[in-house]
Amino acid sequence: MTLVEHLPVLVVILPLMAAPLCVVVDHRRAAWLIALAAAWLSLAGSIALLQQVHANGALDYQLGGWPPPWGIEYRVDLLGAYVLLIVCAIAALVLWFARLSVEREIAANRIVHFYAIFLLAFAGMVGMIATGDAFNLFVFLEISALSSYALISMGRDRRALNAAFQYLVMGTLGATFILIGIGFLYMMTGTLNMLDLAARLPAVSDTRTVRAGFAFLTVGIGLKLALFPLHLWLPNAYAYAPSTVTAFLSATATKVAVYVLLRFLLEVFGADFSLGRMPLDTFLLVLGLLGTLLASLVAIYQTDVKRMLAYSSVAQIGYMVLGIGLASTLGVTAAMLHLFNHALMKGALFLALGAVAYRIGSVTLRDFAGLGQRMPWTMSAIVIGGLSLIGVPPTVGFVSKWYLVQATLEQGLWPIAVLILIGSLLALIYIWKLVETAYFGRPAGDVAVVGEAPWSMQVSIWLLVGANLYFGIDTDLTVGVARDAAGSLLGGTG
Amino acid sequence: MFELSPAIPLFAGAVLAGVARGPARALVMLIAPMLGAYGISQFEPGITSQFEWLGNTLTPIRVDGLAVLFGYLFHLAAFIGVVYALHLKDPLQDVAALAYAGSAVGAVFAGDLITLFVYWELLAATSALLVFARRTGDSLRTGMRYLVIQVGSGVLLLAGAIIYAAHGNGLDFGHIGLAAPGGWLIFLAFGIKAAFPLLHGWLTDAYPAATATGTVFLSAFTTKVAIYALARGFAGTEALIYIGALMTCFPIFYAVIENDLRRVLAYSLINQLGFMVVGIGIGTELALNGAVAHAFNDVIFKGLLMMSMGAVLHVTGEIRGSELGGLYKKMPKTAILCMVGAASISAFPLFSGFVSKSMVVSAAIREGHTFVWLALLFASAGVFHHAGIKIPFFAFFAHDSRFVATAHEPPRNMLVAMALAALLCIGIGSFPGTLYSLLPYDTGYTPYDVSHVLAQLQLLAFSALAFTWLKLAHIYPPELRSVNLDIEWLYRRVAPNAIRLTLAKLAPIDRTLRDRSVMLLDRTLRSAARHYGAYGVFARAWPTGNMAIWVAALLGLSLLIYYV
Repeated sequence: MTLVEHLPVLVVILPLMAAPLCVVVDHRRAAWLIALAAAWLSLAGSIALLQQVHANGALDYQLGGWPPPWGIEYRVDLLGAYVLLIVCAIAALVLWFARLSVEREIAANRIVHFYAIFLLAFAGMVGMIATGDAFNLFVFLEISALSSYALISMGRDRRALNAAFQYLVMGTLGATFILIGIGFLYMMTGTLNMLDLAARLPAVSDTRTVRAGFAFLTVGIGLKLALFPLHLWLPNAYAYAPSTVTAFLSATATKVAVYVLLRFLLEVFGADFSLGRMPLDTFLLVLGLLGTLLASLVAIYQTDVKRMLAYSSVAQIGYMVLGIGLASTLGVTAAMLHLFNHALMKGALFLALGAVAYRIGSVTLRDFAGLGQRMPWTMSAIVIGGLSLIGVPPTVGFVSKWYLVQATLEQGLWPIAVLILIGSLLALIYIWKLVETAYFGRPAGDVAVVGEAPWSMQVSIWLLVGANLYFGIDTDLTVGVARDAAGSLLGGTG
Repeated sequence: MFELSPAIPLFAGAVLAGVARGPARALVMLIAPMLGAYGISQFEPGITSQFEWLGNTLTPIRVDGLAVLFGYLFHLAAFIGVVYALHLKDPLQDVAALAYAGSAVGAVFAGDLITLFVYWELLAATSALLVFARRTGDSLRTGMRYLVIQVGSGVLLLAGAIIYAAHGNGLDFGHIGLAAPGGWLIFLAFGIKAAFPLLHGWLTDAYPAATATGTVFLSAFTTKVAIYALARGFAGTEALIYIGALMTCFPIFYAVIENDLRRVLAYSLINQLGFMVVGIGIGTELALNGAVAHAFNDVIFKGLLMMSMGAVLHVTGEIRGSELGGLYKKMPKTAILCMVGAASISAFPLFSGFVSKSMVVSAAIREGHTFVWLALLFASAGVFHHAGIKIPFFAFFAHDSRFVATAHEPPRNMLVAMALAALLCIGIGSFPGTLYSLLPYDTGYTPYDVSHVLAQLQLLAFSALAFTWLKLAHIYPPELRSVNLDIEWLYRRVAPNAIRLTLAKLAPIDRTLRDRSVMLLDRTLRSAARHYGAYGVFARAWPTGNMAIWVAALLGLSLLIYYV
């Protein structure tokens, strides 16, 4: 077997093995280097995987040589490789950014553990994407969830503990629901392999057990991806977590949850069942729209910028859910595009917030006054990220909104298209509040002269900002892959 | 480097002209049009570049005979204009002029409606800068009026293009026709820039308000791009014949009584555009050739006339016919060059106007449009009258004005530019073969046969006779220090006054409405703040138990709907 054939498992094993290594080495700088190396190697692996999958189709890997359905199978198809790429890329960039920010925000004796847990969370997400086994997915879900609780609780603010606890309770609820759902499916089919499940489910899909399983799974995953109104854990968790953790989780955790939703809805249950015979499509449409509009409105009134962007994340997730709810190839394409693009914009924005926190130690709106002059580079990154969030061409935000609006118009849903644009306008309002304060506001009282963030931070921020612009113009990769993946998942039913 | 746009040299020149100073800028300004023309000569016919953008195919460059002819024309006009403006030390005008020419070149090579729209709006923005460049309060206001109308034309074009494409016609810019969905909108957009009657107000309003050099550029590009667009999209549309005939006739009356000599030229520009529009409306090969050829010639002779009037303005600071006169004593070269332009526009045989205008007139009679033919004859006589005789007569002859004592020849570069244009006028008029070979169709037309020459000479002779007799009999409208009202008066005076009056009446109602709305808005905002603000129901930190209740509720709900 060549290295390429091992790639599906290698991208998971690397961070998983690197985590204990960090603890064993027990040296701050070394732990950072190990984590960084693991993330970048995973990124390289994910790029290779995407190329491979794009050229030759899905890659299978039998763990321990046990053939499915007895053994655990890893399976990376186009959708998986695509989400894998964005998760690995964000992890690699966030870790590069992390060194200074973590030294500033986290107690010295915990830094080694921080990197170890960070790697575990990363490994859990990658595992969720790579695995082709429903129970294995639950295991990785718990690995990433438990480590995220720990990461959030490391925030400087005492309220971080409370937020982490709430997230723990809600996350556990979600995970339990998912486990119950998987259990029901296992009960009816006797298999845990996703492809196998997909083959056997149609025969028993009219039973109450399968439907109950479906309900548990959708609500459980909905909790994980912060579907309105199950999002209540998210704003606090993002607002009080350390900057790097917020950037990492906001750009990846919910995206992976969206991926899991797509995987279960469209592959395991099949689009016919989940979006056709079950009324889930309307359900998702309504909740997605409500989430977009209400969360955007709330974001406008926030005084803590991190919290504001957290609410905006809930709104953006609404767009993705909306796209899936349209139940067409174009709609799912738009959802996948937004998944990728939102990771880019929120990654850039939260990293820039991290740089602000590093310099002035706070991210309340009031402290942004006059920041446009004092941290010009960071602020311009925030402005470009904000434009992307609003959906101004030539940023990625425009591309995904464009496809989303097209998908709604394709089905003649004019009112929804209008509501999507209203959502954009609301985003304009909260971004403008930020811009106005930063460029036109006068700082209250004397402020120590603050310089620009260190270059090592700028590199990560501007790479993401650059990606925001690049993928807004050259949409070959994102649109092409998303369209192919959506087409193959929906099997031409859209 | 030409793949993205044929106008790259001109745009690059505009950028460089913005940073360069002194002789370097002059060099940039002169080289840019030459390089651009060279670029066009290297094009292969056909579509040279194309790319996908958001699922639409864009064609930034489509090369065919029509586009190449206009491409050369615009580079030529830009070159002459640059020479004419060489003495200026105003980077704003230089940058705007080159970018303006570049937009025109880009527009004629645009192969799809979106690209056309982009250049269409660029034309609007860059040309407005030339009006602003005079830097008086008046030109600022005029420029704003001009910009609103021009941008409005672009918006119409975009709306039309969207409707057109939405009905499955694609974005390709070929023949559109009025029957196509969105066709009327696009037609109207082109019509605004082509100065159709009632839509022409911006032209006579803005062109005389621009700088002496700016007007030369303005008269060359915007309207000719519109003529090009009409020729491509609406050739053979019958309505154009009558619109064009009207355009040839009505400006004559305004031109005869107008005192501002540059505004006279602006009216005569509309009159000349009328000939082209008629040609496009007839739509036969001969007529289209005539329209295109006349556009080519018009750029040069109208440019020449504008330059000569610009020179007078530059030297004396005055452009009203009633104040000028007798300048031939101090500006003989300018006077002669001006008369070459006047002869060309009046279509004297051996001058350029003759070889192109006669094509349109012949086509009109050949297709049986007798009344239109008569209108064109009347217009030809009228052109000679106001542009051929009035302009040189009032500026350089008539009574001696107070400027005769101090006047002198304009700077050498102005004279060179005018001489260049005059040479072209005579050259094309005497040897029309070269121009004909560039035209889109081969019709084997010869302008110099007995009937054409005789008819034209009769026309001119009687027209001159009429002017002389009217003048001697003191019937000719004297040069009054007056301002004549035209259609633009509607939106400069009547509309604002009417609006102001109506507003005064509506003010109390308006105030009540406003107060109510403000109150309503206030209440909405307050309620939004209550619900969404920091402690609002949607924003406050909920106890964990409540969150769990939501989860349970949602699960129950989904179970219920899945079971039913």
